[in-house]
Amino acid sequence: MSIFLNADSKVIVQGMTGSEGMKHTQRMLKSGTTIVGGVNPRKAGTTVDFEGGVTVPVFGTVQDAIDATGANVSVIFVPAAFTKAAALEAIDAGIPLAVVITEGVAVKDTAEFYNYAKDKGTTRIVGPNCPGLITPGVSNAGIIPADISGGGRIGLVSKSGTLTYQMMYELRDFGFSSAVGIGGDPIIGTTHIDCLEAFQNDPDTDAIVMIGEIGGDAEERAAAYIKEHVTKPVVGYVAGFTAPEGKTMGHAGAIVSGSSGTAQAKKEALEAAGVKVGKTPSETAQLMREIMQGLAG
Amino acid sequence: MDLFEYQARDMFEKHGVPVLAGAIATTPEEARAAAERIGPKSGGVTVVKAQVKTGGRGKAGGVKVTKSPDEAQAAAEAILGMDIKGHTVGTVMIAQGARIAEEYYFSVLLDRANRSYLAMCSKEGGMEIEQLAVERPEALARIAVDPNTGIDAAKAQEIVDAAGFDEADKAAIADVIQKLWTVYREEDATLVEVNPLVKTEDGDIVALDGKVTLDENAGFRHADHEALEDTAHTDPLEAAAKEKDLNYVKLDGSVGIIGNGAGLVMSTLDVVAYAGEEFGGQKPANFLDIGGGASAEVMANGLHIILSDPQVKSVFVNVFGGITSCDAVANGIVGALDALGDEEDRPLVVRLDGNNVEEGRRILAERNHPRVIIEETMDGAARKAAELAAN
Repeated sequence: MSIFLNADSKVIVQGMTGSEGMKHTQRMLKSGTTIVGGVNPRKAGTTVDFEGGVTVPVFGTVQDAIDATGANVSVIFVPAAFTKAAALEAIDAGIPLAVVITEGVAVKDTAEFYNYAKDKGTTRIVGPNCPGLITPGVSNAGIIPADISGGGRIGLVSKSGTLTYQMMYELRDFGFSSAVGIGGDPIIGTTHIDCLEAFQNDPDTDAIVMIGEIGGDAEERAAAYIKEHVTKPVVGYVAGFTAPEGKTMGHAGAIVSGSSGTAQAKKEALEAAGVKVGKTPSETAQLMREIMQGLAG
Repeated sequence: MDLFEYQARDMFEKHGVPVLAGAIATTPEEARAAAERIGPKSGGVTVVKAQVKTGGRGKAGGVKVTKSPDEAQAAAEAILGMDIKGHTVGTVMIAQGARIAEEYYFSVLLDRANRSYLAMCSKEGGMEIEQLAVERPEALARIAVDPNTGIDAAKAQEIVDAAGFDEADKAAIADVIQKLWTVYREEDATLVEVNPLVKTEDGDIVALDGKVTLDENAGFRHADHEALEDTAHTDPLEAAAKEKDLNYVKLDGSVGIIGNGAGLVMSTLDVVAYAGEEFGGQKPANFLDIGGGASAEVMANGLHIILSDPQVKSVFVNVFGGITSCDAVANGIVGALDALGDEEDRPLVVRLDGNNVEEGRRILAERNHPRVIIEETMDGAARKAAELAAN
């Protein structure tokens, strides 16, 4: 088991024929993902050959790809200016999971396609501005390197791509059920809480690492959720204690506004909910290591 | 990007929001000329207002009502150069005077928690809205706005009803609210705030002050937004970094930081600050995210920016090779150091992990650069960099 992504996931790639799309489709294939198609209206009916002898058909629309292949996941690699149209197309076609990798999407576009998906109720959005998600050894929808860590029983949810990689690397001897990079934009489709709920309900996840950063109050709300609903051990990390007020730190959503969105407030909220919070990524990994060893003993 | 009041005023005017006449000045003489033009519209009265991107300018003496061009000139003389909460006033706006009957509040903004928009409105404007929200929350109407339907006539009616305006005023206020929504939508704003929105003694509804924040990610459909940037107050290193497409934020410490990925770099700053406590409070000098594909050129550009900062005493390069392999990063560092030459003598602490790390470390070891120190862990490297900065 795992969350959101499993052996039955049939993945299409919107923007597969672009350079990023090609590169990462190759990598996803190599890590065992079942890729059933690409989408590009100008190249419909053609095929693309990848290393390893895999030939992937290109469809004109997401709907055509679903009709022909039974696809249930779309990974979106199209440029920011066209991301809203691509996401709306995937939502209209009713794809159950749309993973938006693209960085730099206008927040109005995300607000519009997220709320459209929410009203329709048939598509889970992950991202935008995220590395996607991986169920190691089974399926990989996005750009998380598959060779950092194998499968295991830790669940990971993170706003940051590289901190996801760092944490998977530190805990690679235990391995992960699933790791989800939810993205660093002010509005994202799938939240910490969505992932905490899914990991809590996943029989193959024993403990959860939650990585947050400055900006907004998603971590505070996740802490409240953990207190009420999560019985599995959770270890947390928050980045950005030294970030100055009013400056955007790389991620569009990573900004301390006045006294809100600070790392200190997030840490305190998590600790109040019984979450052990590491001071550094390696200390966080060590806290999880102790929990996993305790569970094993 | 936050706009100055005068920029917000101009943007409001462009979208039909009622505003008063206003002109900017950077010298007392310009202020006088502006008052000569604008004063006659309001019986000679103008208001000289400091243009700073912070609140509380009124209390700080940054707003003065004047009755003649002479007075406007004197007011500008006093306000220009004033320091308001760390912001030096470089520009004033000379605005037409208003005879205010009532002051209201309106804003529409991004609601991150609900992944939607929120409109806030009150009959009690003028004061700091944070204060109103705490002291009299019942006086501040909060209405959710669906991003896909926005503030149409029905939603505007809902807002003015919730705020409890007098029946006679509702239609005119609702009309201005719809126009402010147009500003929010058409300009890709994440905040449009009017405080105060006033009713004049003649019964007109006017936006007397405005605050607008624009989404920089939407720049691709707003060619005109680039000109709104406040280049005069941008840190020169930040400006130079932006020209090279580098994601750089200047801080005030001594340890220069380069890393890949926003989260990892923020984490690196924290770890350096913790380690620095041991060494007389050494702190990070900057945030710099070189992103996924750390080529030699990007690394060289990044190092160049960081080493242009005279406060920097040591540099910490912290890279986790996810998609990028560490050998490429190592080659980038070596190339950058060779390009910088021997004049530069500040030490560089490098921590590489992840994809192809052995090869990356081998390349650095083989080059055996006298200023490069390789550390195995992020915590160890942070400690080393802080220690070197203290020396």
